[in-house]
Amino acid sequence: MGPQELIGEIEARFPGETGDASFDREDVALTVRPGSLVAVAGFLMGPPHSYRMLLDLTCVDLRASTGVFEMVYHLNSLERPSRVRLKVRLGAEGAAVDSLTGLWKNADWLEREVFDMFGVVFNGHPNLKRILMYEGFEGFPLRKDYPLRRRQPPAEKGRGA
Amino acid sequence: MSGDFLATKLDSALGWARKFSLFHYPFITACCGMEYMSTACAHFDLDRFGAGLTRFSPRQADLLMVVGTISMKLAPVLRTVYDQMAEPKWVLAFGTCTVSGGIYDNYAVVQGIDTIIPVDVYIPGCPPRPETVLDGLIKLQDGIRQGKQEWRWGRKS
Repeated sequence: MGPQELIGEIEARFPGETGDASFDREDVALTVRPGSLVAVAGFLMGPPHSYRMLLDLTCVDLRASTGVFEMVYHLNSLERPSRVRLKVRLGAEGAAVDSLTGLWKNADWLEREVFDMFGVVFNGHPNLKRILMYEGFEGFPLRKDYPLRRRQPPAEKGRGA
Repeated sequence: MSGDFLATKLDSALGWARKFSLFHYPFITACCGMEYMSTACAHFDLDRFGAGLTRFSPRQADLLMVVGTISMKLAPVLRTVYDQMAEPKWVLAFGTCTVSGGIYDNYAVVQGIDTIIPVDVYIPGCPPRPETVLDGLIKLQDGIRQGKQEWRWGRKS
């Protein structure tokens, strides 16, 4: 199945839930509404498409230009040389999206990192707390409005994670 | 008068002994560790200066070598290691990251370990050449030799 057919199938199965579909060689990219992310990802994960590997997920702070946080998910097929990139646009205030931990175990730490750095909340995440920074750290350092020169006191004793 | 003279002589002798028996604890977190290894191994041979005995427990060490980037999350660990060392103790800040945070001028990295623990000698370089490290070590030894020695029985409580 070529990328054009895959886009057609996703659009037919989730009408109105996806947009901005494009592809480059075998790799498909498309935007998904927050509400149907888990459904679309689950559809791509299962047979016959079998994008069974979540390579990475991350976030981009686009609030200055388009007013959103954009989540990016990279899925990889283990059977064919093919990848899918899903994007989800989240409102700047109270950005939240459903967790993918139910589909992929490795989404756990990746989502914790995005929560730590950007403050995006993942609904249904089993253990949503900071992973790189420490308890007591204020704010989200990879947000564009986090002051470059802001310094905070280091972690306290016995309060590492 | 003669008591002072004796104490000075004893200080001098003890300083000489201490400067050549530095047991060091390597607190290595980053790429400076490579330079630490080459300094410690046969080519540059830290042992020539009596600092060859590496201890992997801070309780047995006199010299804390902080080698590499210290992140904000690691800061309390470094403080604990320093607190666990018995007196007398010295600290060597090895490399630019430990001296000032270096290129990591950001939210995640301690901007100089002297914000957490006292430092005796700062060794610049990213990473420092082994010669620079040895120079820093010799400067530390000079400081130990000339400094006032702590006498357990001389302490006024």
